Amino acid sequence: MRVVVWISEDTWEACVDQARSVVPEDAEVTLVHVAPSDVEDLASSGGARLLGRHPPPPPGPPLRAIADEEAQALLEEALNRLGRSARTEARRGKIEREVLDACAGADMLVLARDGEVRLGPRSLGPRTRFALDHAPCQVLLVWPEQPPGLETVPLPPYLR
Amino acid sequence: MSEVVALVVLAACLAAAVARPRWAPDWGVAAGGAVVLVAVGILSSADARAALRQLGPTVGFLAALLVLADGCRRAGMFEALGAGMALGSRGRPARLLGMVFLAAAGTTAVLSLDATVVLLTPIVFATAARLRTNARPHVYACTHLANSASLLLPVSNLTNLLAFRASGLSFARFGGLMALPWLVALAIEWLVLRRSFAADLQRSAARSTRTVERPQLPAFALAVVALTLAGFVLSSLIGIAPVWVATAGAVVIVARERPAPKQLVLAAEPTFLVFVLGLGVVVRAASQHGLSSAVDSVLPHGTGLPALLVVGVVSAVVANLLNNLPATLIILPVATASGTGAVLAMLVGVNVGPNLTYVGSLATLLWRRIVHAHDEETDVAEFTRLGLLTVPASLIACTLALWLALQVV
Repeated sequence: MRVVVWISEDTWEACVDQARSVVPEDAEVTLVHVAPSDVEDLASSGGARLLGRHPPPPPGPPLRAIADEEAQALLEEALNRLGRSARTEARRGKIEREVLDACAGADMLVLARDGEVRLGPRSLGPRTRFALDHAPCQVLLVWPEQPPGLETVPLPPYLR
Repeated sequence: MSEVVALVVLAACLAAAVARPRWAPDWGVAAGGAVVLVAVGILSSADARAALRQLGPTVGFLAALLVLADGCRRAGMFEALGAGMALGSRGRPARLLGMVFLAAAGTTAVLSLDATVVLLTPIVFATAARLRTNARPHVYACTHLANSASLLLPVSNLTNLLAFRASGLSFARFGGLMALPWLVALAIEWLVLRRSFAADLQRSAARSTRTVERPQLPAFALAVVALTLAGFVLSSLIGIAPVWVATAGAVVIVARERPAPKQLVLAAEPTFLVFVLGLGVVVRAASQHGLSSAVDSVLPHGTGLPALLVVGVVSAVVANLLNNLPATLIILPVATASGTGAVLAMLVGVNVGPNLTYVGSLATLLWRRIVHAHDEETDVAEFTRLGLLTVPASLIACTLALWLALQVV
């Protein structure tokens, strides 16, 4: 069994914890992190977006290096928390597409809700929603915190 | 015939600035175009000289501001801002966004939009990455505020510098009139970003294991910036032009930081200064040959609220079609004839308007260049949605605030 665990900054602990308790011992686990390359481009190529400006690049490590370093550190922390052998994979690009790509040939994707803390469709952000809707495998959808109660489901007007 | 030639040269300048071909640098095309227009007699050399005389002090002012901002970078001001934002956020993304707003609004207002885009935004990305939180809301905030927070002072945007000289306002009065529109623009950006990224910002704490370092305050650079700002405000009372205050600030920070001569020249972006001068002459030629009367027929001539709103909207549209620098050069002479209110309403349009599209100008051309450069997809839809939520609302609310300020201040 091949299992992909999507490691994202805000919700990775819950995914790793669920993977540890639900995924069988003999499963082949891959921890995947995706860095959104568009945000980094927006931040680093600002001068190119200003008409006629050609500012010299500021010294210091390029943003790509910072993003790569943080991704590796996060994956290592996740691996430690998982407490068993697993592959780690740091990807860059459009987040939801890269996650799907990583799921090719996998049997299960573990991902977390990243939206509002209440029951309902808004508990999923657009990227998580896309991955959930298009995943080519079984999906384990995790609440990053204690799941909210049924009272968070809004009642239709005639029942209020 | 002259009309066509002048417009073709103007289009060539803008195309070179957007497409950036190696064989035709934008500053070369602008300078060459200006020379050609004078050589073939479309623009008289006296008019070209008048345009250069008019733009010269503004370009010098711009150079001083660029050197001042570069000196602040050398003094470590932006690293200190990054560390300050990380510390102030206490690991909470919503608080970090608040810190980013303060830093971006302040940097843009005092050191110009160039400083926010080129120097602050990378630091904000790095700060969010080190805090292990989604950098998207914070980088988008910087990108948006570079435009919308550039309403406040004459030094916040090159468009303001151009309009400041033409309007004849004092530095303090300019800031006084634009303070309310600036605050309104910030409030709208805050509400929209806070709502759009509510889920990303609600997470309780980023979990970076790194300890946040206390920022080393660059006291000298901060003092220079504060004194320069005070000098700007007092300039009309003392009776010296603000350009000399900016020059003094730049000289003091250069004397302290001592960049290598080559670095100093590069920091002033000489090619950009040549581009602005060349473009100014080319626009003068195009204005004389029909462009000005075309703008004149579109722009209303009153100073009432409806007229100001139309000026703002037209300016925003032109800024999105052509970029805000040529838009300002084209609209400014017509707006100046209608008075201070129209000039400032134009600034609302050209400064806030560019947030509407991802690139703020010549959308497809520049867009294709950026996509080709990185060969990766960018979430244009999300960025455009934020623009649609903020720009129309800001245009109307800021112009309304400007109209109120004009009645009171």
